[in-house]
Amino acid sequence: MTIAEATTVIDGWEPVIGLEVHVELKTATKMFCGCRNEFGGAPNTHICPVCLGLPGSLPVLNRQAVEFAMRVGYALNLNIPERSVFHRKNYFYPDMPKDFQTSQYDEPITEDGWIDIEGVRIGIERAHLEEDTGKSTHVGTSGRIHGAEYSLIDYNRAGVPLLEIVSRPDIRSAAQARAYVAELRAVLFAIGVSDVKMEEGSMRVDANISVRPVGRERFGTRAEIKNMNSLRSLERAVDYEIRRQITELESGGTIVQETRHWNEDDGRTHSMRSKEGADDYRYFPEPDLVPVAPSLSWREEVAAQMPELPAQRRARLVERWGISADDADVLVAVAGLADYAESAVDAGADPVEVTKWVTGDLLGRANESGLSPAEWKVTPHYLTETLALVADGTLSRNLAKTVLDKVWESGDAPSVVVDREGMAQVSDSDELGGLVDALLAEHPDDVVRYREGDEKSQKKLLGFFMGQLMKQTRGQGNPGVLNQLLRDKLNGA
Amino acid sequence: MTDAITSKTAAELAGDFRDGTLSASEIVDAHLDRIEALNPELNAFLYIDADRARRRAADLDAVRAAGNEAGALAGVPIGLKDLLCTEGIPTTAGSKILKGWRPPYDATVVSRLEAQGAISLGKLNMDEFAMGSSNENSAYGSVKNPWDTSKVPGGSSGGSAAAVAAGMVPLALGSDTGGSIRQPAALCGVVGVKPTYGRVSRYGVIAFASSLDQIGPFGRTVADAAFMLEAIWGYDHFDSTSIEEPPTPVGSVLDDGVQGLRVGVISELANTEGLQPEVAAALQRSAGQLAAAGAIVDEVSVPSIEYGLSAYYLIAPAEASSNLARYDGIRYGLRVEGPDTAATNRLTRAAGFGDEVKRRIMLGTYALSAGYYDAFYGKAQQVRTLIIDDFARAYERFDVLLSPTSPTTAFGLGDKVDDPLAMYLSDVCTIATNLAGAPAMSVPVGKDAHGLPIGMQILAPALGERPMFQAGAALEAAASFNAAEKTGGAL
Repeated sequence: MTIAEATTVIDGWEPVIGLEVHVELKTATKMFCGCRNEFGGAPNTHICPVCLGLPGSLPVLNRQAVEFAMRVGYALNLNIPERSVFHRKNYFYPDMPKDFQTSQYDEPITEDGWIDIEGVRIGIERAHLEEDTGKSTHVGTSGRIHGAEYSLIDYNRAGVPLLEIVSRPDIRSAAQARAYVAELRAVLFAIGVSDVKMEEGSMRVDANISVRPVGRERFGTRAEIKNMNSLRSLERAVDYEIRRQITELESGGTIVQETRHWNEDDGRTHSMRSKEGADDYRYFPEPDLVPVAPSLSWREEVAAQMPELPAQRRARLVERWGISADDADVLVAVAGLADYAESAVDAGADPVEVTKWVTGDLLGRANESGLSPAEWKVTPHYLTETLALVADGTLSRNLAKTVLDKVWESGDAPSVVVDREGMAQVSDSDELGGLVDALLAEHPDDVVRYREGDEKSQKKLLGFFMGQLMKQTRGQGNPGVLNQLLRDKLNGA
Repeated sequence: MTDAITSKTAAELAGDFRDGTLSASEIVDAHLDRIEALNPELNAFLYIDADRARRRAADLDAVRAAGNEAGALAGVPIGLKDLLCTEGIPTTAGSKILKGWRPPYDATVVSRLEAQGAISLGKLNMDEFAMGSSNENSAYGSVKNPWDTSKVPGGSSGGSAAAVAAGMVPLALGSDTGGSIRQPAALCGVVGVKPTYGRVSRYGVIAFASSLDQIGPFGRTVADAAFMLEAIWGYDHFDSTSIEEPPTPVGSVLDDGVQGLRVGVISELANTEGLQPEVAAALQRSAGQLAAAGAIVDEVSVPSIEYGLSAYYLIAPAEASSNLARYDGIRYGLRVEGPDTAATNRLTRAAGFGDEVKRRIMLGTYALSAGYYDAFYGKAQQVRTLIIDDFARAYERFDVLLSPTSPTTAFGLGDKVDDPLAMYLSDVCTIATNLAGAPAMSVPVGKDAHGLPIGMQILAPALGERPMFQAGAALEAAASFNAAEKTGGAL
C-alpha cells in the first residue's frame, strides 16, 4: 500500500490531521545567551542570568539559530520573508524563567511551504523560532504538577533554540502522519540542524486530530494529542484517537476541544485537565529584540551551502548504486546510515555488498545496541576491509559475519581479528583434496548411493559431505573450492 | 573642609585626585560622612556600600601612588539607582518582592563606570519598579526633597536626584521611562539627561517598559552630566537594541554657544493645563536668554504630544505586565508559600507588589488582552508613530526644542498619592520624548517663590545629544542657578 492510498476512511468518516513538530536546533550555544546547548549535564550547570531570566537580563539572538531556520526554509520549500519578528507569549509556568516564552507570532522566520512524501504533498504553514523551557520533575504520585509533593526544575534546557514546524491539516491517516514525521526527521538530520531524537525529546510531535463525514468541507472539533515519544507511538496514538472520535460521534456524543495525553502503556489517549475558557497569551512584539532581516547575501550563502536532501539522495543511490528503492529508503531513513555506507563505498567497497551488510547485519546489531552509525566500532573502513577479504577469497561470507561480530565487540581491525583467531579461509586444493579423499574413504556406502542416486538424493548427500567438511575445517574451508573438489571426486573417480 | 569636598563637581574631584590635591579616600570619606548625616532624613540611599567604597578608594590611591593611570572618573563617588544590577550587592528596584536579592552580575553601565575608576557609594531609592513621579511608591519609604523636606523629590529616580542635590554624591545614575530622570532633576535643582534610546546599554537594568527605558546621568552641572554620559554610553553587544554607531563626544561642545542654533518652544507645553505661572514665566525667560545668546527662537506646534500621556499609559503598562511576570516567588526574591504553584505565584505577587505596580500590571494585562489589543495597545503604537512624525516635522525647522520639564515645582509629600491621574500629569512634558526614542535633558534655571527649583527641558532629535548639550550649557550659563546650594552644611 502506498502512502497516497493510506488514507483512513471508517464508516464514512474521514480524519483530518495537522502536526506541530518541535525540533531542538543543535546550535553550539542557546538561543539568546552564550550557555552551551547540550543534552544532559548535571542539572542547572548550563545557565546564566539570561537563560534564567534574571532581572535586568536581555536576550541576544543566536545567528546560527537563524541560519538553521533558513536552512529548514530552503529544505521545506518555505518562503523566508524579508523581515520576521519575535513576540512574547505570556503565561505563568515555573519552568519558564521569565513567565513568558520568546516565540514568533504573525511574522515567522519562514512560511508557506510543503514536503512531498511518495507523491503526496503535505502543506507546511510555517516554521518559526522559539525558546525551550526548563525541565520539571514533579515528585509525587501523579508525576504531573497537579498533586505533586514538590517539583525540581533543571534550567539547562531553558533557552535552547526550538523550531516549531506547523503542517497544514493535509494528513489523512496515522500512516501518513508517521511518514510525514519520518521524512521531516530525515530532512532535518540531512541538513544538520538537529539530532531529531524523539526519545530524548529533541523532536517532539503534537497532533491535532478531528474527523468529519467524507465529502464535508468544514472541519470537525479537534483534539490535540501530546506525549508521543516515537514514530510507532505517534502512529498508534493517531490511529487510536481517530477511532475514539468516530466511536464517540457515532454513539451520539460530541468531541470536546481539549488536549489529550497519549499513554503508551494502555494504548489510549486521556483527557488532561481541561482549561476554563480559551488561553489568552497576550502576544506582543518582544521589545528587547530587533526584527530579523537576513540580507540577500546571507540568504544566497545559506542556499548555496544546502546539502543534498533525502529525496535527492535516495534517487541518486538507486541510480548510481543499482540498489532497490526500499534499500535506499532504509539507508536514508536511519540517521547517519547513508553517510556510513557512502564512506565505505568511497573507500572502495562494492555498493550493493555494502548496502546488503549495512541494512542487514549491522543495522540489526545497531538496533539492539542503540548506537548510531557514527558510534559503531565497525567503521566504514573496517567494513570495506572485511568485504575486500571476502572478495579475495580470504574469508567466506559466514566467516566475514563472524569477523564483523568480533570487530563490533572489540573495535580491532578485521585483519587483526583474522590473524588472532586464525580465521583465514583455506583454499588450497591439495590440502582440501586430502580432506575430501579421507572423508569419502570413510563413507564408501554414501559414495555408492550418490553415484547411483537421482538428483535429489545427490543434492542431499552433497550437503551432508559439505557439512562434514566445514565442521572439520571449523568453517574455514573455502566452500567453493570444497564444492568443486567433492563434485570432481564423486563424479570422476 | 568636608563640606568643601562635597560641594565640588565631579570634574573638580577627578582633577583633584589626578593632581594629588585629594586622595580618593578623602573624597569617599567626605561623601560617606555627608550620607551618614543626611540619609536618615532624606532616605535617598537604600544601601550604603561604605566598606567596599573605602577599599576601592584605597586601591585607587595605591594605583595613583604607583604612578599608574586610574581612569577618567578615578576617585569620583557615584550613586546607582536601585534598579541597576550590582554583583553581590542588594538590588531591590524599590520593591518588597526583591528584598534581599543580590544579583550575580553587574549591569554594563556599572562595569563601565567602575572600569573608569568611579566609586559607587551605594544604591539609591526609587519608586517601585520605576513607576511613579514622587518616589512615594517606594516600598522603602519616600525620599525627601533636599530643598524642602516636606516636598517630594520627584520620581521615579528621586533618590538619585536628591543625593546629587544634597552633595551625597556628585554624580548618580537614574533611569527614564517617561521622565523619571528629568522630572526629579527639575524638582531637585540638578541636571538630568535622558539619552537617545539605544545609546546607553540596558543590560543589567531591571526593566519597567523595555521600549522606553533608558539610563542616564544626574549631575549638578551640565559638564558633569556630559562627563558621566560619556563614561557609560556606546554599543553593548549584550543589548540588542544598542546603537552600533559610535557616539560623538558632547563634552567638547559645551563652550560652543548657541549662535545660530534654532530653538523651538513647544506651544502645547508652553500652555499646558496646570502649568504653574512661575514655571511659565521661567520658560519665557529661558527662551529670551537663548535668543540673547544668539539662538533663533520661535514657537513650534507638536500637536500629537497631547496624546502622549494616553499612549504611554497603555504601552508602558503593557510591557511592564510582561516584564514583571517573572517575580513569581519560584526562583528568587520574596516567596509566600501557597497550597500549590499557582497560589504561591498569587500570594507572592499580592504581598510583594505595591498598589501602583499592581494597577499598572492590571492596566497592561487588559491592554494586551484578546479583543482589546487593537483598540488599546495597537492604537497606542499608532499614536507613537504620529508623535515620531510630528517631532520629525518640528526638527525640519529646529535643532532643539524647549519646554518646561515639569508643569510645577516640587509638590508636597502626600498631596497626590490618592489621585493617580493628577500624579501622571506631572510627566506630561517628558513622556513624548520616550515614545519618540529621542534624547532630552533638564537644566535648573531658577526658583519659585518658595525657593523650589524650576527645571527647563531641552529636547533633541534621536542622536542629537550635541546640539542638546550646547543649548543646555548655554541655558545653565545664562540662568546662574546655584545647584551646589544644598551640598554643604545643614539642609
